[in-house]
Amino acid sequence: MISLRTITISTALLGIGCGALATLAGCGSSETVAAPTRASEAAKTEGISPQTFADSVHAVMMADRTVYAKHVVTRLKKQNAPVAPSEYWEDEEHKIPLPAQMFRMGAELVAENPEAGFSYALKSKWPLNPQNKAVSPMEIEGLEFVAENPGKNFYGEEKIGDKTYYTAVYPDKAVAQACWECHNNHQNREADYPDFKEGDVMGGVIVRVPLNK
Amino acid sequence: MLRSTGNIVQRLVQKVWVYWILATLLACGFMGYALTADRSPAKRIFLPGKTTHGHYQIELDCHACHTTSFEMKQDACVGCHVAELKQCKDTHPATKFIDPVNAQRLKVLDATNCLTCHKEHVPERTYPMGLSLPTDYCYHCHTTIFEDRPSHQGFAFNSCQTAGCHNYHDNRALYENILVKHFGEPDVLENPHVPSRDYHDWLKSRKQLGSPLTAADQDSKLPADEITTALAGWLKSSHSTAGVNCSGCHQPPVEVGDTEVPQTWSESVALDVCSGCHKPEAEGWLGGLHGMRVADNFPPMQVCDARLPMKSAAAHRLLTCNSCHPAHQYDTHLAAVQACLECHNDDHSLAYTRSSHFELWTAETNGKSPAGSGVSCATCHMPREEGAGRIVVNHNQNANLEPNEKMVRSVCMNCHGLEFSIDALADPQLINKCFEGSPAKHIESAQMAKDWFDRKQRERQERLNRRNSQ
Repeated sequence: MISLRTITISTALLGIGCGALATLAGCGSSETVAAPTRASEAAKTEGISPQTFADSVHAVMMADRTVYAKHVVTRLKKQNAPVAPSEYWEDEEHKIPLPAQMFRMGAELVAENPEAGFSYALKSKWPLNPQNKAVSPMEIEGLEFVAENPGKNFYGEEKIGDKTYYTAVYPDKAVAQACWECHNNHQNREADYPDFKEGDVMGGVIVRVPLNK
Repeated sequence: MLRSTGNIVQRLVQKVWVYWILATLLACGFMGYALTADRSPAKRIFLPGKTTHGHYQIELDCHACHTTSFEMKQDACVGCHVAELKQCKDTHPATKFIDPVNAQRLKVLDATNCLTCHKEHVPERTYPMGLSLPTDYCYHCHTTIFEDRPSHQGFAFNSCQTAGCHNYHDNRALYENILVKHFGEPDVLENPHVPSRDYHDWLKSRKQLGSPLTAADQDSKLPADEITTALAGWLKSSHSTAGVNCSGCHQPPVEVGDTEVPQTWSESVALDVCSGCHKPEAEGWLGGLHGMRVADNFPPMQVCDARLPMKSAAAHRLLTCNSCHPAHQYDTHLAAVQACLECHNDDHSLAYTRSSHFELWTAETNGKSPAGSGVSCATCHMPREEGAGRIVVNHNQNANLEPNEKMVRSVCMNCHGLEFSIDALADPQLINKCFEGSPAKHIESAQMAKDWFDRKQRERQERLNRRNSQ
């Protein structure tokens, strides 16, 4: 079981919406269960299992990400607005972060928050940024699994260094045209990357919870 | 006879013991004092090696970096350097490595700990830049670089940061997008000029600018015949035109409850008073070599304490605001060149007056060319940067050095093309000559980035063509 602190944090995250920390995500969407209900029910009875915790925080991430991708990025693009998303947003006038960068920044804020108690990342078998490549064997296996098994999540335990983690991988699907168009036409893509279309799994959200083992 | 000799020897041995015990006690006492006395020069006996050219000024404050048990403090480095790491958009922040999958990588090189690369008190491994830095650190993680960037094949594994191409923290002027964006620019841009200072207009726009004052308005507590020079200087200064009267600096009001009460008149003006209106400038100064002693509650730095060559006549001058901005003569032209050259005596400083930068500066100060066209010492070492909603002169004069590519964007690119700027800063001889001449060699990084982007664009177009023809 995960620690009481992590459970408390997860409940708090869900309770307050966790917008600022677990923020936003990349291009796509993934299947989630009705995690908040399950989490609160579990909390009343026997505590929250690592899977429920991962599902719950993932639900928050996806909700916020969807809002950003659909109601901010796509909206600006449709309106041909003078403000647009760009990979080099920090260095250009009137640019905002790409959805994947928003997701990454949220993950980094969570990572540097000593009270967060877990970590997450958006990775892919076909990363445009080499930093988003799967590293651990379980990440590689998980990304393979969610790509090959549409609609299913991947769960497992892995040991990294001297710590054991509960690792969940959720499929990250193409939902907004802007996302797959950009990925399909991006100059960083390798020759063997697939051409994505709506609903395709483009990568995976990896949620990693340390276990007391 | 033998017996008396024996007695003498015995007495001597006894005395030696006494002396030895006394000496030991004295030594213990001295070391005890050195250990416990706050910031005592005696502490130097415990320095394990010469301190770097930044930290030596505060080396007597051991606890700036160490705990009481002389371990390194958790925040010893970032406590002072966090702001500049954020400002430089650190490309390798510790947060990048917190993802647990980096555990193996961190075993090879712990990128979450400054001390992995930077050590203090190791002069034999400290570079001119003022810190210790292994030359091969990039390759420990970027092992696939030759596959990722075929153009890098054949480069020495320890040449990444020594060839003018990459830095670990600050790559604002070196990353691919900016190299491509500014590829092919001329050495000197079409309209070279530095940003204008706008504090006066900024205050005006916020309705914080006072009405200009005349001699009749002065409210000094001193007799008129004692302030003739001060009055003349003040009348010419921006203080009088901005409505800052004598009492504004010499008798600044303090808040007592909801009201402001004037303090007693003081002939000297403390840093805090200057900081009241010039906060970002004061903070910058405290962060640099000129003010870091004051920032750590030491007396101001004395010119003779500097490790760079300084003029002997200036040896005993103290570094305060008034060192460069003499009281009542707030002449920024004086502060931008003359103030520096009154102390600095190294090759680079001495070569300035023989440089084309100085010619431009002379033309500007003589009114022969427009404001912002001249290049003073301060133009490069105290650049005008956006901050606090206005253009601020960064008074941390070493903020854009070490590595010097830090000054490419905030300084050089106001007037020069990016490639020329990188080339010039990578040429130590040219730096010594204060940039009088041309860079000795061309750094290929912009060309390589351009080739890489062009290739990627070509591949992208071919892909699109294939897709359209299907």
